[in-house]
Amino acid sequence: MSSKDDRKGLESLSRRQFNMGLAALPLIGMSGMSMANTQFPTAKVNTTKLAITDTEVTVGQLHSATGTMAISETGSIQAERLAIEQINAMGGVLGRQIKVIQEDGASDWPTFAEKSKKLLVNDRVAAVFGCWTSASRKAVLPIFEKENGMLYYPTFYEGLEQSKNVIYTGQEATQQIIYGLDWVQKEKNAKSFFLIGSDYIWPRTSNKIARKHIENFQKGKVVGEEYYPLGHTNFNSLINKIKVAKPDCVYAIVVGGSNVAFYKQMKAAGITADKQLLLTISVTEDELLGIGGENCNGFYACMKYFQSLDNANNKKFVEAFKAKYGAKEVIGDVTQAAYLGPWLWKATVEKAGSFDIDKVAAASPGIELKTAPEGYVKIHENHHLWSKARIGQIQSDGQFKLIAESPNLIEPNPFPKGYQ
Amino acid sequence: MTKLRHWLGTSDIAGIVILALVILVVMPLTADIFRLNLIGKYLTYAFVAVGLVMLWGYGGILSLGQGVFFGLGGYCMAMFLKLEASDPESTKIQSTPGIPDFMDWNQITQLPLWWEPFRHLPFAIFALLFVPTLLAFIVGFAMFKRRVGGVYFAIITQAVALVLTVLIIGQQGYTGGVNGMTDLKTMLGWDVRTDSAKYILYYANAILLFGAIFLCRWIQKSKLGTLLLAMRDKEDRVRFSGYDVANFKVFVFCLAAMLCGIGGAMFALQVGFMSPSFVGIVPSIEMVIFAAVGGRNSLVGAVYGTLLVNFGKTYFSESFPQLWLFLMAALFIGVVMAFPNGFAGLFEDFVKPWLLGKREKKPETPAVPPVAPVTMQDDDVSKTVTTRTVDSGDAVSAPTTGRMGPATA
Repeated sequence: MSSKDDRKGLESLSRRQFNMGLAALPLIGMSGMSMANTQFPTAKVNTTKLAITDTEVTVGQLHSATGTMAISETGSIQAERLAIEQINAMGGVLGRQIKVIQEDGASDWPTFAEKSKKLLVNDRVAAVFGCWTSASRKAVLPIFEKENGMLYYPTFYEGLEQSKNVIYTGQEATQQIIYGLDWVQKEKNAKSFFLIGSDYIWPRTSNKIARKHIENFQKGKVVGEEYYPLGHTNFNSLINKIKVAKPDCVYAIVVGGSNVAFYKQMKAAGITADKQLLLTISVTEDELLGIGGENCNGFYACMKYFQSLDNANNKKFVEAFKAKYGAKEVIGDVTQAAYLGPWLWKATVEKAGSFDIDKVAAASPGIELKTAPEGYVKIHENHHLWSKARIGQIQSDGQFKLIAESPNLIEPNPFPKGYQ
Repeated sequence: MTKLRHWLGTSDIAGIVILALVILVVMPLTADIFRLNLIGKYLTYAFVAVGLVMLWGYGGILSLGQGVFFGLGGYCMAMFLKLEASDPESTKIQSTPGIPDFMDWNQITQLPLWWEPFRHLPFAIFALLFVPTLLAFIVGFAMFKRRVGGVYFAIITQAVALVLTVLIIGQQGYTGGVNGMTDLKTMLGWDVRTDSAKYILYYANAILLFGAIFLCRWIQKSKLGTLLLAMRDKEDRVRFSGYDVANFKVFVFCLAAMLCGIGGAMFALQVGFMSPSFVGIVPSIEMVIFAAVGGRNSLVGAVYGTLLVNFGKTYFSESFPQLWLFLMAALFIGVVMAFPNGFAGLFEDFVKPWLLGKREKKPETPAVPPVAPVTMQDDDVSKTVTTRTVDSGDAVSAPTTGRMGPATA
């Protein structure tokens, strides 16, 4: 039902966006447009019975459209849709239009598992763009490995994982943490740190890496480490502890709705940017919509992408995104990483000359994307992306001002030695 | 056979035979392996629904925390499977090989002592049966002996569900936290993820479910069942007759908990993971809805209710990813308002009289054979009671919209 409607929507949109797509995206694989299917007969590019015809290739999209995670995952859904429409407007992949089957994970991990199985076993999709939380990824991972599917996962995450069947388009922990810590040490002379996190695997693992880096490599001091359940909204006791410990830098990995309470209560307690240095790796433009930039302006975040990045790729991306979804929409780090998924997949399929999962997985290392809004990215042997780290300062309008960026691409290292 | 009829009754036999045909023959023949595995998953929830028929439909005790027992059973099985999946060879990438991956992520370097017994399947099976039962006994004993019942008991069970969720999520080094225990692979070397294993598990699950239904039916037809019914409708009279009401309540609560535990264990085996999202308040209420939709007085109806609600959930969410929660809510509200005794009540009120009406024209002897006067009395009691509305613990009219609860990232 929905997939039919979606296709209709896609086709009418692709007509509307055809010119824009062409103008906006001078992308790799323009040659794909002229390729006739005689050149890529279905029997040859699809030897494992995926849902591919002479004119169409089916992919899956698996995010939470409902439930508590919907607010975070909507950006990813939108970005992936945008990328797919733009690819279709350019002629598709190996001469085939991309058809999307969207499933709702409903913020519920077992549902994610059920729906991923449906997409892989019943719908035989060639790739899945989806998942957001670590819990949902952990729930679907065994299924992707067992049924041999291909998942493009957009969120920055804790690392400690690597799979033939997953391309991680977000940063793993070390890519986000180490550069940021070094920056506050060098530029802000921070020696003592207070680590805060929501109580689940990503903040805990990230803080573990941060602590090892601070203690073993920077020879600094961790003066406190605190965790609060997801959805926690009363941070008064924490704020008192921060006041007593007087750290040079607060390192915050508070997630989701808790952020709103955390920053508002910090401001109410007088902990503002002019008195306290704070670095976070869990606040993007999306979260700032809820927190309000005026409640935390001056604090720093370490990400790989900010909507305000000043480069030609990003300007086109932001423009296309706002044209499609409205001028008020904001684009966070994960949204951009989700946007990379379909483009990376397209480039990989074209390099492999096949939709077969095994060939796509094998062809992935070395795939480059020069048109990424964040700049240049490349897939590493370990299926993560080489990417830069950037420090942004929160502005009261809910955007970030770019303060610093790593000179080189940072190598992804999901199993960091010396940090475990 | 006459003895079987004696405690089942002809219409019961017919109902169970039809259900058996649907589950054992029709579904495996019509559904592909993916759908069949899904049905297998739904049937694990049916254990909870069957338990709720005993507890709520017969005992008149509404528990909004059955997910706790489902979760405990599931975790006991998942712990065994996780240990087997975590042999030193397949976990050599970790800093401490040989322990479950989530422990390694949480800087635990040695398997906790209380995990050790779960290396053995017999212990795991013992635990999945008796850990939920023991918890139910403690909660039930503490509550019912103090004559806590009705809404207060429902609230306490919710609190237990919340406490256990917080405990599991908070102790992520020992429990896997929000992520749960994932990537369960083999049981005693037998790969549970293959298609053939899925067929075998489906049938094992179905047979266990019928075992549970027979057990519950047997209890319903016994003197104990009659007492439960009497207690539900006029607790004081039973107490004044010299019975210790609390003991019966504790028993039926423990029974329902044990059934939940079996369901949870079968879930972990068939789905390949276990997570705290089955333990909380929202899933517990959903499980009550399964029983309510099917009919809380009917064991067979509860199974149909479970299947129907879950089919609805899967179908609506596949077809209308943006709208499906509203459609589910409409289904629940519709069922509760239009036929408060669920689909089984519909059957009892309309289909059965029609069938019996046809039958009376035939010159045959009545379906129920003449039996001892005591049983006749029993039958009379159950007939009069099932047509009456229940006056305690009547909280069906609180349908949930599904997944709006405090989920997590």
